[in-house]
Amino acid sequence: MTVTNKPVPKGKQTAPKKLGLKTARRANITGWLFMMPFTLVFLTFLVAPLAYAAYLSMFQKQLIGGTTFVLFDNYAKAFTDPEFLEGVGFVIRFSLVLIPVQMLVSLALALLLDHLTTRFAKAARLMIFLPYAIPAVIGAIMWGFLYSRNFGPMGELFGLLGATAPDFLSKQLIFFGLMNIVTWQWAGYYMIIIYAALQGIDTTLYEAARIDGASTMQIVTKIKIPLVTPAMVLILVFALIGTLQFFNEPQILRPLAAGAIDASFTPNIYAYQQAFLLANFNYGATISFALGAVVFVCVYIFIFATRRKGGFLL
Amino acid sequence: MTNTLEQKPAAEANLKRKPLKPRNPISHLVLGAMVIYFLIPFWWILIASSKDAQGLFGGGSALWFGENIDYIGNLTALFTFDGGVYLRWLGNSALYSLSGGVGATILAIMAGYAFAKFAFWGRRFSFSLLLGAVMVPMTALVIPTFILLANLELTNTIWSIILPSLLNPFGVYLMYVYAKDAVPDELLDAARVDGAGEFRIFLQVALPLLRPAVVTVLLLSIVATWNNYFLPLAMISDTKLYPVTVGIGLWQGLASQNNSGGASLWSIIIIGALVSIIPLAISFLSLQRYWQGGLSIGSLK
Repeated sequence: MTVTNKPVPKGKQTAPKKLGLKTARRANITGWLFMMPFTLVFLTFLVAPLAYAAYLSMFQKQLIGGTTFVLFDNYAKAFTDPEFLEGVGFVIRFSLVLIPVQMLVSLALALLLDHLTTRFAKAARLMIFLPYAIPAVIGAIMWGFLYSRNFGPMGELFGLLGATAPDFLSKQLIFFGLMNIVTWQWAGYYMIIIYAALQGIDTTLYEAARIDGASTMQIVTKIKIPLVTPAMVLILVFALIGTLQFFNEPQILRPLAAGAIDASFTPNIYAYQQAFLLANFNYGATISFALGAVVFVCVYIFIFATRRKGGFLL
Repeated sequence: MTNTLEQKPAAEANLKRKPLKPRNPISHLVLGAMVIYFLIPFWWILIASSKDAQGLFGGGSALWFGENIDYIGNLTALFTFDGGVYLRWLGNSALYSLSGGVGATILAIMAGYAFAKFAFWGRRFSFSLLLGAVMVPMTALVIPTFILLANLELTNTIWSIILPSLLNPFGVYLMYVYAKDAVPDELLDAARVDGAGEFRIFLQVALPLLRPAVVTVLLLSIVATWNNYFLPLAMISDTKLYPVTVGIGLWQGLASQNNSGGASLWSIIIIGALVSIIPLAISFLSLQRYWQGGLSIGSLK
């Protein structure tokens, strides 16, 4: 790297975009040198596993006769497998309820923090963000205890009112129990992203609006919210990717929520079950690949549809 | 705005915006309630860590101290349980997250800088591949990566965690967005005219300008690896190589299975959970100056 190239001839100072042939070649070589380490990791731990999973998903292991090539039979099996479909149905329902709630909470918090400039608001921002730094496993354990009707505070609180505490670990309420954990964990992170976008808005806009007689509410709905839409789109994409892949929290709560969370509760839990407990790698790979492909296609369509409004990534 | 005594806060408020009202009691009340909600689990774990099995399950209040406050006893139990395996888990977590996080960040800086500043051949195509990769859920890669590494006989080694953790397409994207504006082309050209080599320009000119993005990506990568559960759960079968998340998950499974023998294990799990969240909580709080701005990189364009 100590080779010093000859200085670029000063002929084209006015147009930095038009590069000389020599400069272009140098940019090409240097660019790829800087790209190389990431490219290697990218090929080894993203492209290769996906390609291998796609390959594996086209085979079946029989008790007799060994492994046979079946093309798309595993996918046909997956998309007619009630346990897999049940899991897919759950994560879709869960996303449809969770994501709007999560976005509303984080938007409301961000607007509140943007509005208040006190020291308390500053501290609150950090405290609300803190759950993001907690491993999902630990978060699930903490909430699992808090939900416990015998050992948690729920029993006490509802006892004061003379009522029985709801059991968030039961089959009926586990949906909301999980929703609360995920919202608690992620709302602060999303809030910070929206808050940063709000802080980036040019304040002269507010002054101009106020001179024109706009109320605080109008400033929020007509200026602030439209201008943070790109941040909201970014959040929605992350939330969607994360939620369709739901694994950690239900896996940890399984022993506590006996009967409410089964081995096919989410597609990822089912894939894990198939691959590691039943040693059915071909089917596990099929489910992983199918799920990854579904998520990818959903998100890509979503981004394409919101491209004009949002401006995330593209 | 003629306040001269409190120059600094006034100036700061001026820069951001004028407060809409002098005081907002209702807004503060709402915010206060939200803070309580977000802090309750932390309060609970702080209290519960002081209790033994009797205190946890004996029927006292879950949100206040019991009769015995025994942090020392619980900590001793935690660090001596099962031959002191917990300390090992903490060390493993630190090793995985630091090496994975630092590695991922270095790769992200280099690739992001290349995307932002060099018109190399295939740049457009590579960039659309990168954007596609941002959308591939990382957990979807766990089982395929496991099968691949199993063929190379690398599973159940530290490499099976560290190497996959080096992949952070979103980090590359953040770096690209940041480097595009933070590193002026003119500055790079000036350094080239002065005869500096590309690698030296990268280290001495570009890198200092990228610092906020570097801290953010580093922190995000470290957290992602420290908090990862699915990957090590799949890769590692030797409990001595577990990171702390999988270790506590293991204890929690054991404690729930046998209700009688598990009771004493619960107080170890709870203080173990508390200890495991302290390092990241501290680093986030102390580095907030850097990441708070950095987190917005992806959404501000």
